[in-house]
Amino acid sequence: MNQKNSLAGIRHRLGQYGDTMHDRWLNTPGWQRWILYVALIVGALLLPSESIGGFMSPYTDWASILFFPIGTYVVLAIGLNVVVGQAGLLDLGFVAFYAVGGYAMALIGTRLGWNFWLILVVGIGICALSGITLGGPTLRLRGDYLAIVTLGFGEIIRITARNTDAIGGPNGIRGIPHPPSIDELNIFGVDVYELLGVKIFKYGVLDPRPYYYLLVALAVVAIILVKRWEKSRVGRAWAAIREDEDAAEVMGVPTFRFKMLAFAIGASIGGAMGVLWASKVISLNPNDFQFLLSATILAAVVMGGAGNLPGVMLGAFVVAWLPERFRGLQEYRMLIFGAVLVALMIFRPEGLLPSRQRKAELKEGTGGMGSLGAEVPGPESRGEEVASK
Amino acid sequence: MLNDFVNQFWPATIDGLAFGSIYALIALGYTMVYGVLRLINFAHSEVFMIGTFGAMFVPFVLGINSALTGLALVGVIIAMILAGMLASAGTAIALERIAYRPLRKRGASRLAALISAIGASIFLQELFALLVIPEVFNRPQQGRIQMGLPRLMERTELFSIFGHSVRVDQVLVIVAAIGMMIALDALVNRTKIGRGIRATAQNPEAAVLMGVDINRIVRMTFFIGGGMAGVAGALYLISYENTNYYIGFLFGIKAFTAAVLGGIGNLRGALVGGVVLGLVENYGAIFFGSDWKHVISFTILVLVLMFRPTGILGESLQQARA
Repeated sequence: MNQKNSLAGIRHRLGQYGDTMHDRWLNTPGWQRWILYVALIVGALLLPSESIGGFMSPYTDWASILFFPIGTYVVLAIGLNVVVGQAGLLDLGFVAFYAVGGYAMALIGTRLGWNFWLILVVGIGICALSGITLGGPTLRLRGDYLAIVTLGFGEIIRITARNTDAIGGPNGIRGIPHPPSIDELNIFGVDVYELLGVKIFKYGVLDPRPYYYLLVALAVVAIILVKRWEKSRVGRAWAAIREDEDAAEVMGVPTFRFKMLAFAIGASIGGAMGVLWASKVISLNPNDFQFLLSATILAAVVMGGAGNLPGVMLGAFVVAWLPERFRGLQEYRMLIFGAVLVALMIFRPEGLLPSRQRKAELKEGTGGMGSLGAEVPGPESRGEEVASK
Repeated sequence: MLNDFVNQFWPATIDGLAFGSIYALIALGYTMVYGVLRLINFAHSEVFMIGTFGAMFVPFVLGINSALTGLALVGVIIAMILAGMLASAGTAIALERIAYRPLRKRGASRLAALISAIGASIFLQELFALLVIPEVFNRPQQGRIQMGLPRLMERTELFSIFGHSVRVDQVLVIVAAIGMMIALDALVNRTKIGRGIRATAQNPEAAVLMGVDINRIVRMTFFIGGGMAGVAGALYLISYENTNYYIGFLFGIKAFTAAVLGGIGNLRGALVGGVVLGLVENYGAIFFGSDWKHVISFTILVLVLMFRPTGILGESLQQARA
């Protein structure tokens, strides 16, 4: 018991430290923040170097796994976080939008031969549309029903792709084009490729780094947009819906429309990632879009601290990186992954980096997701939890 | 096409009833746990999977290789069902103890419980693929390969409907499932434990004040739900004669669909939902081919929820409708 108390003490102090840091951050002037942002982006761009890779992934090519799974998971988690973390809608079929984006790239790229950038725009549109199509009939449903319907939708997309021979059936599609390359880049007579030591705009088969840079660009755009939305009227409406939908409705928030918007935005980000991913891999098939991927991304979001962007990205990184780092354990890594998920939820149900607002909500009640029924505090629970009832 | 339908109507009906009974038995576990805890017990699919392996263990230990008859057959089938129930119920209780109770005690969100369940589900699947199937069932390197059951029961025709034969094993599945439903209905409506379960579902705090031991009730709920999934596992194995570590996933989401279709939290709803789902997907398969079976059942789910969001029979374990 004593040990438990001291553990709680450490956690409490850590939490306070986090709060102080958070306060300091809020008081930081804009230009200082920009320095940090730029440093973070530069850091992300420098990541695929050999020296980091040697430690991070001794078993696989670091630059490759930075693109998939790590980067891909991070972008997907950013998208899913809009739906789950901000609007509080439980989506178990997020992989469907990623699949739609991937297939959009593959089909339009091989059949019509459009340019990657054009397909990216069109793909995002298609995904937003499919998000709205799915949301229309289902978003009026209550949370748990929404979960099962989205799960069903994810499976429908995959099985339909597998059964439709016109789009390759179980074999999928081969020969997906890469983004258009710039073979030589001279600015004012300086060979930029020579200078950087890497052909950043040459999208081929051999070097995964150009795709990774593209992914970082996509992630940065997504983060900026999502952050802006979070701080706006839209974000406040989402928070209200998450906390108490009925109250929000009564207060005049058009809940249905905002839920649709959350779905559409989440779907667009997922779809954009699908397009980008498909443009690298050359061939895809329906088995790339299993339910396990949806579950993993959701796990990343919840594990990182749903609603808090840095937390969610950290969660996605951990979820994607751990199985790669411990490839040495070979088949046992998924077993361990499952056990780690359970353990994390037991010891830190609010996630690794919960947002402060979220923490307050959790203390007060249930963080918008509702708590388990039959939740009567047992002998182990602390005073504050009992008091919050 | 209509001709196809007329020709295949009776076989599809019988298959649909058999599959539907299995869905219904699994759905009971989802619906009971949801009724009491408001939690989608995502790992329930693995409870079913472990039930099939529990049942598989009996003929494996006895070394049965050929079809049995008479009392020996009856004995083995009963032993298989019991073994399946035991394995599943044990798993369900362990799940509750390890993956859910700590969360419940801390008042964690349902989302956290869902992730914990998904983690437990992955863990159990891998545990079977990597350790249990290779070691216990002595199939090294074959943990991920489908495992067949030797034929226990000659598939004789019991009777025929309009010239289409109905086999013994199909009748066994349907009859056993109905028997379990009746037993469960009596348990929930007539016994003290049943009353406790209903009270907890209705209002946990009031139930505690009235002297209901909530932890015990939650444990019993998992135990009973797990046992039903174990019966479903044993029946599936006897009738379809194969299983694998991954089998729970599809049955799990189908059974959850059935539970939602009937009205989650409602025990009779689970039965109705399971049978409706089994029938509809088999009829649909006649028209569109069996590849589209799963798409059909999810489409039906979406349609039902759009027009009747609380399921066919409506929700709630509370109102003694159980």
